[in-house]
Amino acid sequence: MAKRNIPLRWDRKMQQRLARGEAAALGELYDRYASLVHGLAHRVLADERAADRLTRDVFAHVWEHPDAYDPRQGPLRTWIATLTHRFAVQRLRATGTAALARGGPGTAEELETRVRQAAVAARADYIVQSMPAPLRAALELAYFQRRDYRQTAADLGVTEDEARRRLRLGLQLLSTARDAATAAPESPGAPPGYGGAA
Amino acid sequence: MTAYDEDETGGNGGNGEDDATGGPADGPGDARPGSFGGPRIPLPRVSVEDSGRPLPEVAPAALEHHVLTSLLGAWALAACSAQEAAAVEDHLGECDACADEALRLREAVTLLQRPESLDLDPGLRTRVLDGCLERRPPRIPVPEWAAPYDAETARLDALLQDIGDSDWHAPVRLRWFGEDGPASRRTTVAGVIAHLLAVDGAVAVALGLTDPLGDITASSRAPAVRTEAYWRGSHAPPTRLVRAPWREQSHDIVRTVSFTGDAGGMPVSYGDFELPLRDAMLDRAFECWVHAEDIADAVDYPYEPPSARHLNGMIDLAARMLPGVLAARRRAGLAAPGVRPHLVPAGKPGRSLRLEIEGSGGGEWLIPLDSPGAVGSAEHEVAHVALDGVEFCRLAAGHVPPAEAAAGQVGDREAIRDVLFAAAGLSRM
Repeated sequence: MAKRNIPLRWDRKMQQRLARGEAAALGELYDRYASLVHGLAHRVLADERAADRLTRDVFAHVWEHPDAYDPRQGPLRTWIATLTHRFAVQRLRATGTAALARGGPGTAEELETRVRQAAVAARADYIVQSMPAPLRAALELAYFQRRDYRQTAADLGVTEDEARRRLRLGLQLLSTARDAATAAPESPGAPPGYGGAA
Repeated sequence: MTAYDEDETGGNGGNGEDDATGGPADGPGDARPGSFGGPRIPLPRVSVEDSGRPLPEVAPAALEHHVLTSLLGAWALAACSAQEAAAVEDHLGECDACADEALRLREAVTLLQRPESLDLDPGLRTRVLDGCLERRPPRIPVPEWAAPYDAETARLDALLQDIGDSDWHAPVRLRWFGEDGPASRRTTVAGVIAHLLAVDGAVAVALGLTDPLGDITASSRAPAVRTEAYWRGSHAPPTRLVRAPWREQSHDIVRTVSFTGDAGGMPVSYGDFELPLRDAMLDRAFECWVHAEDIADAVDYPYEPPSARHLNGMIDLAARMLPGVLAARRRAGLAAPGVRPHLVPAGKPGRSLRLEIEGSGGGEWLIPLDSPGAVGSAEHEVAHVALDGVEFCRLAAGHVPPAEAAAGQVGDREAIRDVLFAAAGLSRM
């Protein structure tokens, strides 16, 4: 519990500084979260300039509404990821709908599928980034470097039991990205994928 | 000199292939998809029964339920032996709970994606922040004169974010132009950040922040003295761990100067000279860029010059410092004596050199030649030098020898030579 309070203290302080209108705080906020925001936006929108614009919108929203963040609901990072996710999915759906209205190819159902897949992919990214580093390292070895779990254990200097445990737990966390997607797309609050792994 | 030259202590011990634990389960029947030149990204493991291939000639290992359960993750990732996979698959036919989980985990594997390379456009920061500040003007702005430092430290930090662990130990040669000509000092990428941390620390101290040197005593505030003291005083050569304190200090400095409210006039001591805070912040921004380029060269990354507005501020600072350096060099017998030394009273026009800086961030400056107190004057112009802005900054950083600076020149040769040498003389470690 004590450990969790330290980042939350930073979060509270940051919120106060933003509320006071301290431009230096906005710069620090950007430095800490820009790659998270831009990465999620890019995963959903698959377009560099659209991700740039969305990044601008997310930071503008935080800067204009610092009080909308409630530290009791969780870390600032989770709140910002959730905002980014919501804005990006809205943007993807809005541009897709506009394209359909102009007579673009595809159907509304296909668009909805695309939106859902993009949302799951973005949530999965966030979960992987946010999961405890030992789990991420095990998945990285087993999946991207194609080590089996015995080699993974040796690489990480842990027992084989532990390597199996980490791989399973990592995938269990990752699988929650799909649960969130089956919920109503505009459901209020943090999608489960963001709350769970932060 | 040895301390920062080379210090590779090896990474994590370099575990090689290790089959010491191999029992029968590590036999040659391991059929991981893709391991024979198939796709680089493994597909979700297809169960052997559906694959059309013959069943493996291996008897499923007899494993207890908790072991089978613990294998589900490794199985979904195709990261267990063929015997274990067969045992898991046998079990899935009998155990609904494990079958459900197996399906979930296998689907989860399809969600693993290489993180995209997140090279954020370095210009995005300014655009995003400006957009925000337009929508809601700040009550406590970052002073205009601190903006270059804010931007340059952010750009360098983004570069540091991208480089690998081993890059931190890449050799870097710090170069400057000393009284006796070109000088240099060998260090590493991490050593450069330690240098920036130690020298930015002089500004931090002036602002009442903690001195990064801590218990280490330096005989003066001079940048080289502080840097050498910090390097010597650390228990081990700097590593990537130096990034966090450097970044924290730069954030703290930007934050604190936003509250100073005296237009940046507070003096900051550099040992043998002082600069008002606003100029010290420009100087630190300039050094940050120069050393970011050193680092970018060492690790083979591209790096752009600062924005035109910030470059202009840095050039302006150099131009304003030139008369003082000229006078010091003259006192040291390194520059030609003025035609009428001491005859130009402070605040009066004197013999001047027109410094024309081309390109983005450029402009024109009249440099008084005979006294730091004199005012530059077009009527008393005796020479005209034209240089590209980035070239001028490289000269002022001591990275280009004054004799080789690509400068167009007209007029008094000696005055031109003195000014170019004085520009190089602005550089230091």
